[in-house]
Amino acid sequence: MAEKKIVDGRGSFCPGPLMELIVALKESQVGDELEVLSTDKGSANDIPEWVKKVGHEYIATTESEGVWHITIRKAK
Amino acid sequence: MRILIVGGGMGGTILANNLARRLTSELKSGKARITMLSASDKHMYQPGLLYLAVGRMTPDELYRDQASLLEPGIKFHVDPVEEFMLDNNSVKTKSGKTHEYDVMVIATGSRMFPEGVPGMVENAETFYTEETALKMFKRLQSFEGGKVVITVGVPHKCPMAPLEITFMLHDYFKDRGMADKVQLHYTYPIGRVHSLENVAKWAAPEMDKLGIKYDTFFNIKEVDGANKILRSEEGVELKYDLLITIPSHKGMEIVEKNGLGQNGWIPTHRTKLNMEGRENVFICGDTTNIPISKAGSTAHFEADVLGENIAAMVKIGTAVREYDGKVFCFVEAGKDRATYAMFDYQNPPDPKAPTKAVHWFKMAYNKLYWISARGLL
Repeated sequence: MAEKKIVDGRGSFCPGPLMELIVALKESQVGDELEVLSTDKGSANDIPEWVKKVGHEYIATTESEGVWHITIRKAK
Repeated sequence: MRILIVGGGMGGTILANNLARRLTSELKSGKARITMLSASDKHMYQPGLLYLAVGRMTPDELYRDQASLLEPGIKFHVDPVEEFMLDNNSVKTKSGKTHEYDVMVIATGSRMFPEGVPGMVENAETFYTEETALKMFKRLQSFEGGKVVITVGVPHKCPMAPLEITFMLHDYFKDRGMADKVQLHYTYPIGRVHSLENVAKWAAPEMDKLGIKYDTFFNIKEVDGANKILRSEEGVELKYDLLITIPSHKGMEIVEKNGLGQNGWIPTHRTKLNMEGRENVFICGDTTNIPISKAGSTAHFEADVLGENIAAMVKIGTAVREYDGKVFCFVEAGKDRATYAMFDYQNPPDPKAPTKAVHWFKMAYNKLYWISARGLL
């Protein structure tokens, strides 16, 4: 059954939220949703760009109190 | 209080020594006891492997006897843990002994995992063990020219290693008079040449200046050794003559085997450093799942916090400090220049232009490390 995972990249300058997502995707199943939390506004651009490039599904980005929530689905 | 430290690497060693100094009288009176369990009687200075790979250090410079680094009063056993029984506050070791604790710190580190990429083990050189670093150096010595591709897996130990090995390889081939025969080609998993934005802003122009090519958004999928082609998850193919990899890493098998954390990374509170759901189990260094660099300095700064907190727990019954995410990394920018990056959860790094002075400080630290491991620096 598909799961929703939180990838908490808040305060992560290195390796950073996108790297944390790449690691989390390796540990996930096709169909799983992953929500990345990031305090770096650059993630709102970097993560959707990479997700589309690799062929996963980008779902949505929201921002609340300085934290960006970027949701994607593992597609392959 | 019975304090058990599992792991004799940088984090475990600094912590044990830090605690032994803070608890001198408690150790004498029997109010506290510190026990360390490790898989080896040797302690390796892991950052030295980078230099081993380019012929700038030899293996003997990387090791000390673990017992010689520890303060008197620390009970040290070469007897690795095989079973964690957290509900009973005890562990069972390879020799079959059971050790009980009131507080335990797990600092078992991480290991490279090139096996995760098809073709990587057979076709790439790396430098995360003594054996592979020496093999890589011998391969470099016999290399007569061509395209050298550097790949980076995630997560990996030492966030600066990809840049450092690239710049050091540039100088290595230049010194051999082969600069015009070798094309260095760097790849990186995200959309810039380093995860730290300010480091990337410094490193990309350096690479341009030195004629080092780079591809970003490059995550290794497989290595086709027969045709010497590297394929990425993003659909890019790169030809290579010599492949150097910073392999992805996992935590230690024993962590996974005991169900403490997926891929060997233990869920850890980012400021208190306790294992999620356990008040008397703390995690130090690479073993945490905290989203920060897997680096010696991270283990060092975490050990400082844990030393102060566990000593305070013995003396006043409560922890007194929180870990702020501090990391400090030297960045070798070749054979004779270096810079550094220092950051925490709140503040990004602001690296300066590389200088010879910082490089020589790093060279000095390669020796001073043994003082650091004793908890004195």
